[in-house]
Amino acid sequence: MIIMNSKNKKREIVLPGEFLGENLEPGPGVYNEGKQAYASVLGVKSVRANRVNVVPLSGRYIPKVHDCIIGTIIEVGPSSWLVDINSPYPALLHITESPWRVDFGDAAKFLNIGDAVLVKVSGVDEIKRVQVTMKDIGLRKITGGQLMEIPPSRIPRVIGKGGSMISLIKRSTKCRMFVGQNGRIWLDGGNVSTAVAAIKKIEKEAHTFGLTDAIGKYLEGK
Amino acid sequence: MELIKDGKRIDGRSFDELRPIKIEAGVLKRADGSAYVEWGGNKVLAAVYGPREAQPRHIQNPTKAIVSCRYNMAAFSVSDRKRQGPDRRSVEISKIVSEALDRVIFTEQFPRATIDVYMEVLQADAGTRCTCLTAASVALADAGIPMRDFVSACAVGKVDGQIVLDLGKEEDNLGEADLPIAIMPRTGEILLLQMDGHLTMEEFNKAVTLGMNACMKIYEMQKEALMKKYTGD
Amino acid sequence: MLSEIKRDYICQLAAKGKRVDGRKFDEPREIKIEKGVAKNAEGSALVKLGDTSVMVGVKMAPGEPYPDTQDSGVLTTSAELTPLASPTFESGPPSPEAIEIARVVDRGIRESKTVDFKKLCITKNEKVWVLFLDIHVLDYDGNLFDASSIGALSALTDTVVPAKRFEIGEDFKLEVEHYPVSCTSVKIGSAILLDPSLDEETVADARLTVSIDENGDIRAMQKGLNGSFTLDEVKSIINSSKIKGDRIRELIK
Repeated sequence: MIIMNSKNKKREIVLPGEFLGENLEPGPGVYNEGKQAYASVLGVKSVRANRVNVVPLSGRYIPKVHDCIIGTIIEVGPSSWLVDINSPYPALLHITESPWRVDFGDAAKFLNIGDAVLVKVSGVDEIKRVQVTMKDIGLRKITGGQLMEIPPSRIPRVIGKGGSMISLIKRSTKCRMFVGQNGRIWLDGGNVSTAVAAIKKIEKEAHTFGLTDAIGKYLEGK
Repeated sequence: MELIKDGKRIDGRSFDELRPIKIEAGVLKRADGSAYVEWGGNKVLAAVYGPREAQPRHIQNPTKAIVSCRYNMAAFSVSDRKRQGPDRRSVEISKIVSEALDRVIFTEQFPRATIDVYMEVLQADAGTRCTCLTAASVALADAGIPMRDFVSACAVGKVDGQIVLDLGKEEDNLGEADLPIAIMPRTGEILLLQMDGHLTMEEFNKAVTLGMNACMKIYEMQKEALMKKYTGD
Repeated sequence: MLSEIKRDYICQLAAKGKRVDGRKFDEPREIKIEKGVAKNAEGSALVKLGDTSVMVGVKMAPGEPYPDTQDSGVLTTSAELTPLASPTFESGPPSPEAIEIARVVDRGIRESKTVDFKKLCITKNEKVWVLFLDIHVLDYDGNLFDASSIGALSALTDTVVPAKRFEIGEDFKLEVEHYPVSCTSVKIGSAILLDPSLDEETVADARLTVSIDENGDIRAMQKGLNGSFTLDEVKSIINSSKIKGDRIRELIK
């Protein structure tokens, strides 16, 4: 266990199997044995009220309902598309979940293999079959711009508290951005290369404190 | 050949002394998690891919992930060149390592998936399976795989009538017994246990205690390696 | 699977004379060579070309000569694309890609007479040294041809013939007589990029590997992928391969 101090803030990194405390309600990344709670993943321990969870510092993207993500079409069927979502499980996008009126067998007229789409997870069943939809504001096929990938565990830091980090980057670089929970980020217009550099910096320094300030300074210097 | 002289072993170690060990986490770019371990004259790389969808589909288990390990020796890792591809020994090691790791991973969180663990021996001394398990467990944590605990491994053996820790090459070839062991450090549960040679009950008890204590030391080094990567010191 | 957006982005950059990682078209990634990394091998080297990582080991043992070269040692080259190096590599028998890499490296060494195999004859018509060159790919981020051939040459310069172990006299250092260095370029649209990264390799139309020795002579070539080159493009690639190869040679020696 390592406690990193910066003024009065604390981030405690724990490893799988590490003891977290007693009589706590286990949240994500935690398992209980009797009254004892242990970490199940490598990550940052966080206790709120009586609930403990471990925010992972690595690992693949595991889809959750309502997540907004960026997918790539990998298969086209007569009434659906199979979408790679950078997760262990590909997702199904049914033609009725697309923004278009698609007739049976016409799916390929709208989306083809290799196309990138902004989608939202609409369902995950008990054996992890995933369904996504494009029926919501802002969801669409994306063209142009640049697509980058970072570890999905770094996405919360790119977004920042209440979206503070992402608005800072958008403001400073005038970039249009869409940050997918699955680790894929789409950028277009404005100063793309500076935005990319800032995100890479966040990826590298995700475990440090005062990151929003540091990135603010970095962007000012550009 | 005399393996013990004046209370010291052939390489100068005392009976309960480990060889020098170096562990590094997150050394490969493409893998989801990885680790490099140097343990005496062993050099081992472990990489984890997954969880990813199991292919072909008919091998998928709808209730849990499959843990699939591959132990492989590079052709130049041993004195007599090893031919490419699995032999019976590597198949056996791959199997028992898969089983040991399966026990610590929360496989039920990933139905229909596989978690692939690849271990490459680049330079072999004695004790490659313990080195591989140690590396694999660091690589799994680095890949963010949910686990009950770590897996820490070490071999014990009998040389010139003495119970000694972590056999070296000559001791392995000429000794009287070899007992690799892997445990979950938090609970002390045994995940891998093999033995060949000859031990009395008493010697076995002594050897197991010595081995399990050493596993705890290995565990500390595994933790240190991961902390080094994730806190950036 | 590369998304169309990523593909378009690489192509558009290339058309503007740029690369994703900011390199110039004729600029290789950083090369790191470490020799003597596998002590059970007669010679070995770990080569890092950017994030691509390859380990090469040399093993030697006495064996029988080929019937048509009774007075020469034997070279056997293999490559293993280990599944730890990429999510797309699978365990099993060598893939066509692995065989192509092994053969290209083998030709580069054999045809350029890097090693004088006549000096590896023990007893004419009976016993010669067999040199096994094993290429072990550890991390795949593009351009395995160059990483493998740089690794092979580096491992050979590190090799000591284990005569004593087989009771045929004293150990001696393997003599490396020529230093052919291979440089690979790919074509994206009309741009020619040296030392392609994985993404660039995936997008590329055509690939050309050129191996040039210390005298500036061409020793081996291999064109790959389903695109084509003009003769002028080939000549220009040969020229830049010579210039970059000279620098890499210094690192190997």
